[in-house]
Amino acid sequence: MTYSAFRLFREGLRDHSGWEEAWRDAEPQPAYDVVIVGGGGHGLATAYYLAKEHGIGRVAVVEKGYIGGGNTGRNTTIVRSNYLLEANAHFYELSLKLWEGLSADLNYNVMFSQRGVLNLAHSDAQRDAHMRRGNAMRLNGIDSEWLTREQVAAFVPHLDVSENARFPVVGGLLQRRGGTARHDAVAWGYARAASRRGVDIVQNCEVTGFVIDGGAVKGVQTSRGTIRAKKVGIAVAGHTSHVAAMAGLRLPIESHLLQAFVSEPIKPFIDTVVTFGAGHFYVSQSDKGEMVMGGDLDFYPSYAQRGNLPIIEEAMSCGLQMFPALSRLRMLRHWGGIMDMSMDGSPIISKTPISGLYLNGGWCYGGFKATPGSGFVFAHTIARDEPHPMNAEFRLDRFERGYAIDDKGAGPTPQAH
Amino acid sequence: MTFMRSRDAGPPPAASQLPQPGRLASGGAVNREQALAFSFDGKRLAGYAGDTLASALLANGVHLVGRSFKYHRPRGILSAGPEEPNAIVRIGGGDRADPNSRATMAELHEGLVAESQNRFPSLNIDLGAVNSLVSRFLPSGFYYKTFIGPGFVGQNRAWMVYEKGIRHAAGMGRGVPHADPDTYEHRTAHCDVIVVGGGPAGLAAALAAADSGADVILVDERPALGGQLRFETYEIDGVVAPDFAARIASDLASRPNVRVLTRTTAFGFYDHGTVALLERVTDHLGPTAPAGLPRQRRWQVKARQVVLAQGAIERPLVFADNDLPGVMLASAVRRYASEYGVAAGRQVLVFTTNDDGYRTAIDLKARGIGVVLVADARPVPGIVADWARGAGIEVLAGHVVTQATGRGRVQGAAVAPLAGGRARIVACDLIAMTGGFSPAVHLHSQAGGKLVWRDEISAFVPGRIGQAARSAGAGNGVFALDALIREGAEAGAAAAEAAGFARRELPGWQVADEAPAAPAEPLWAVALPEGVKAKRFVDFQNDVTASDLGLAVRENYRSIEHVKRYTTLGMGTDQGKTSNINGLAIVAEARGAPIPEVGTTTFRPPYTPVTLGALAGAEVGQHHAPKRRTPMDAWHRANGAVMTASGLWDRPKTYVRAGETYREAWIRETLIVRAGVGICDVSTLGKIDVQGPDAQAFLDRLYCNPMASLAVGKARYGLMLRDDGFVMDDGTVTRIAENRFYVTTTTANAAKVLMHMEYLLATAWPDMKVQVASITDQFGQIAVAGPRARAVLEKIAGRALGDEVLPHLGTAEAVAAGVPVRLFRVSYSGEMAYEVAAPWRGALAVWEALVAAGAMPYGLEAMGAMRIEKGHVAGAELDGRTTPADLRLGRMVSAKKHFVGKAMLGRAGLTDPDRLRLVGLEPADGVTPIPAGANLVHDPNAPAPMQILGHVTSATWSPTLRKSIALALMRPSATEGGRMVVAAAPIIGAVVPVKVVDPVFFDSAGERMHG
Amino acid sequence: MLTIRCPHCGERTHTEFTFIGDGERERPADDASEAVWYDYVYLRDNRRGPLAEIWQHTLGCRGFALVERDLVTHAVSGTRPLPPARLPGASS
Repeated sequence: MTYSAFRLFREGLRDHSGWEEAWRDAEPQPAYDVVIVGGGGHGLATAYYLAKEHGIGRVAVVEKGYIGGGNTGRNTTIVRSNYLLEANAHFYELSLKLWEGLSADLNYNVMFSQRGVLNLAHSDAQRDAHMRRGNAMRLNGIDSEWLTREQVAAFVPHLDVSENARFPVVGGLLQRRGGTARHDAVAWGYARAASRRGVDIVQNCEVTGFVIDGGAVKGVQTSRGTIRAKKVGIAVAGHTSHVAAMAGLRLPIESHLLQAFVSEPIKPFIDTVVTFGAGHFYVSQSDKGEMVMGGDLDFYPSYAQRGNLPIIEEAMSCGLQMFPALSRLRMLRHWGGIMDMSMDGSPIISKTPISGLYLNGGWCYGGFKATPGSGFVFAHTIARDEPHPMNAEFRLDRFERGYAIDDKGAGPTPQAH
Repeated sequence: MTFMRSRDAGPPPAASQLPQPGRLASGGAVNREQALAFSFDGKRLAGYAGDTLASALLANGVHLVGRSFKYHRPRGILSAGPEEPNAIVRIGGGDRADPNSRATMAELHEGLVAESQNRFPSLNIDLGAVNSLVSRFLPSGFYYKTFIGPGFVGQNRAWMVYEKGIRHAAGMGRGVPHADPDTYEHRTAHCDVIVVGGGPAGLAAALAAADSGADVILVDERPALGGQLRFETYEIDGVVAPDFAARIASDLASRPNVRVLTRTTAFGFYDHGTVALLERVTDHLGPTAPAGLPRQRRWQVKARQVVLAQGAIERPLVFADNDLPGVMLASAVRRYASEYGVAAGRQVLVFTTNDDGYRTAIDLKARGIGVVLVADARPVPGIVADWARGAGIEVLAGHVVTQATGRGRVQGAAVAPLAGGRARIVACDLIAMTGGFSPAVHLHSQAGGKLVWRDEISAFVPGRIGQAARSAGAGNGVFALDALIREGAEAGAAAAEAAGFARRELPGWQVADEAPAAPAEPLWAVALPEGVKAKRFVDFQNDVTASDLGLAVRENYRSIEHVKRYTTLGMGTDQGKTSNINGLAIVAEARGAPIPEVGTTTFRPPYTPVTLGALAGAEVGQHHAPKRRTPMDAWHRANGAVMTASGLWDRPKTYVRAGETYREAWIRETLIVRAGVGICDVSTLGKIDVQGPDAQAFLDRLYCNPMASLAVGKARYGLMLRDDGFVMDDGTVTRIAENRFYVTTTTANAAKVLMHMEYLLATAWPDMKVQVASITDQFGQIAVAGPRARAVLEKIAGRALGDEVLPHLGTAEAVAAGVPVRLFRVSYSGEMAYEVAAPWRGALAVWEALVAAGAMPYGLEAMGAMRIEKGHVAGAELDGRTTPADLRLGRMVSAKKHFVGKAMLGRAGLTDPDRLRLVGLEPADGVTPIPAGANLVHDPNAPAPMQILGHVTSATWSPTLRKSIALALMRPSATEGGRMVVAAAPIIGAVVPVKVVDPVFFDSAGERMHG
Repeated sequence: MLTIRCPHCGERTHTEFTFIGDGERERPADDASEAVWYDYVYLRDNRRGPLAEIWQHTLGCRGFALVERDLVTHAVSGTRPLPPARLPGASS
């Protein structure tokens, strides 16, 4: 069934009795060509592209809870490709291009709003660093431009560019093609599109082990029985180490706590995405009118998916530096997710030492915006048993070999990325 | 002659003259002696001190207070508490406006100005109501199914256009485009027991805990303690409930070990017994708030034991057009009558599934309000039905309201048998509905507590929790008054006992007889009557109907989280307080699954929304982050310095003299340093004192270059690596005594290096006898550089400082300007140079003495220009991705000893010959400046993406060499075969072909520092 | 907020501390192989359950503690000083 305004109109006349299931809840079959562990955005996207791009017929996505219930449903919805190092820039730009056609491709409105992502600079040194990144973006074929302080003020009314701020704004690097998207819609859209192509989506099915024989994966053990598979891809974000350990793998990943929060909804107030340059904080306004805000990790590892107040308060202090006028609004809720922090801040999309077992994790702050790109290249990696050029550098063994991709230059301290 | 129509309206009537048609002749805790004037949507109205905005509106017969989010249907006040989904208004104006405020919690003050939201142009005539007309095409999630094309306008372009319209339609209140004039305070408190909720269970708990001697904090979100006691009519200890509450409140207030916080919401229960509170200090005072008080306080309470007595929230019933203004929660109607003396309606119909609805009916009747009917869904109601009949109230058992009727306001109700059959319309002006009570389990759940479904009360109650907390009272699913009081007392005593205090006798209050409650029967939704097309609302604020929930389940958004996100059930500013359970139950029915299997969505803090300013507290404006100043800070500013932020420090970039431009200033400074002598404030560098018999061995392990051979009185440049082999920081190490070292770091890495040292000593080498301490703030440090540096220093130190006393890379002590100082002979600029360390308090005197002796101050620009001329790496090159070899410092790496990072240095990636390597750049034409931030390519006009060969790290105009120079990191292969390299900065449109040269542009033999 | 007991200062909120890293690794000997060092520097158990962590009391005594904490519930079951405490007068 195709979604369209016409269909909506027709169903409106029929009390919406004709809508079909967005995706099929499948019973797990005894065997598949590929099993994807993890029903978040990345896992569902991978399954979709396996079916669409590589014609793989028997694919199952196995999810321990409900699809999209992990980081896909908890992030701050930002999409951008303004990374510094080439491997990241190229990869996230591939993803951004896929975002631009995603709603049409999936026939599901993911509400991708290209309202721009503006990185503020507060000193000469920071301006130079932003310029370096912006210039690299342009040479990599990615859009970027520099806004002076006056141009920033015009682009973002209500932003404080005065000297009252502790770290006055000197300007900002803008990527106009970046923006936000509706996070749940991405999971549901990919699920629906994958399901239509025959992918089995199996919710409430937790992987409890791998079947490995002679250094090759043969299947997974789950709470709903053993499922044989020629190939298995792991895409479980914060639980990557936990699941990989079932296959005997130790990884360069540490799971940390990242919180985000929203305000009560108000009429349009901020029309772009703005990131603070003198502290880790960013804000945008959802289509519902809520300010969506995020900042640093809590800075201790956690699988709890809930955090404490101090980091929220630090983030809000940054927020009021940028937008003093937010002060009288109210926070509506704050929540946490499990961030798979890698040892260089860049993802791992890779084969593993176990034949037929593929790994997708270590996303740090980059997971949501990477969803289409990640699914696309991970599908390629699985289908062809070799990485796509866009994830060739995100190999698991890059740390061992000394080819870390460290955008922040923070080294092997996961929480510093 | 001007004709002026005179409107001789005279002054507006005093508040006490204004009529309040909905006010009962007597009763209520409001102060009828003190009338207050307020306005709603421009209309001047009156209420009494003690009213909320909602009770005052109802006293004026105002029911229409807002428009719903999506359909813009008229909405009225539903409740009398924080769970209110409809009466969301803007209170105040100008820079003190508060959008999205609940009228049911806003205390009335003189001159309060309130405005309805989400309507244009007015509440009565709202253009948004057109959404209602097309509502059949706008079910939940409709926007996922459309707004995708048309594709021919370009990828994703169409959505951007639709989105603008959607964004304007969305949002509830309007933002406040001003800085906030109010201040907010943060406070911390510790206690033995915190009791959340000042209703009967909470009061009993607080008393019991206080009696044991524990330090108790009691928190309630209302202006006064009591909870339900403030509006019920039964008696406790022979005293009517509100008076009893006042008595207990007074008792608690008198106890030195009890702190009572009213107007305070416990909004979050975090780890390890931390409860966060929001205290509203002055909101209720309006313009009479005393100056100097914060508007609100955010408390963090560390409690050894937590008692949760937050009560329960009444559930609405789900029937056709249940969103009409005049449909209210039954206990709220009773509360308005009892506590505020307000009749929300004069002909009330009660629709109930439990005994509590009868309490409302009987109470209202006793106050002279007409009660037309009690429709009880239960076929066999309990004894309360007889009591109601005895009071002259008609009771229809086994009957339900199938639809509210009326235009914009309740005018009647369609009442039909639950089992089916014709409905009759009963005239009424208010429908008081109650579907039972849901324990407020939010804080318990936030803290990781489990929930247990209890079928017999159709409610989730708190289950196991991994924290020192317990629940009591209605919040724990105990509704009978005497039982919940006993439970509260026991919880308070047990909490105090767990905190180490001996139990005392529990408060035993005599509750007047209550009827044994007949079981409530859950009625999650009333079926739509045959042929009726109407909406049955589950979430009033977000316009989520029972049909929406059914649609979500049909489309396979079956898990409760999917339902919530797809339909936005419970995601409004009321956070689903009156919709969560009804929604969950309807979904369970649609799925044919028991409620506990469907589960409940996660409760997330805050319990009610918290002002963002209160979260930031005092850390706003300049107080967002501390400012660190060097001892010479005031001197710099008084002498023309242009300052810049360097982390938390402020540092001078250059000192601009009269008639000089900024650029001229730092060029002058550079030339004077190279020709004469200059001084630079380098106090911000990290300084670490390292002492102990193993100090030298420690430093030798820490740096990649040898330190074991460093003699007393000598200094050495040090390069420190991370465990992964990359450069962490550079600095100098000076051995000032046998077992004592003075170590410097870069400004930016001071804290990191200290922590690195401390970490290694604590975990890797605990047997080493070494102590490290930060002395960054203890010493000011001044660089003295230039051919005349020695002369100037000798002058202020009053002693000779020749090579035999202070050789290159040596150290010596002296006294300058009466201040004991340590001199280091190290050079960053390449000139003969020293650094002078003086105790913080004396540093300014030393600085001034140097100035008086003829040294000229120079700042970061000149310092930067000189170090770039000398090819010295700094922060831009030490970007965390460079090895010593990358920086042309490979020869420093010791081949003989072990040091941090050695093991990982040999990895393929770190020894790859085509790694980015430090080079110097000059413009090929000798003239065009090389821009900072430029990247290096072969041909900037090639199609993107193109290969990037490297990037400029530091660029400057060189005053010494009179040309543009830059340092860069570049792949050696870039210039293979003599290929030309271009520095490209597309953002500013700069393209500069460059020559790749040695990064040491000036004095490559390093002779100048020897004088 | 988490409560962490500094072995020297007593119970404090976690905002006085800095989480340093996994406390279950053992630093290899200087001359251990690159493979052993790679494991130490880059790999983590990252277990979804109780873990020993190194925290530093950076806003206090700057001492270190080994904290046993459950990563799912955040419950702290124990704290030990780091390096392990020794009796005064014990040989070095």
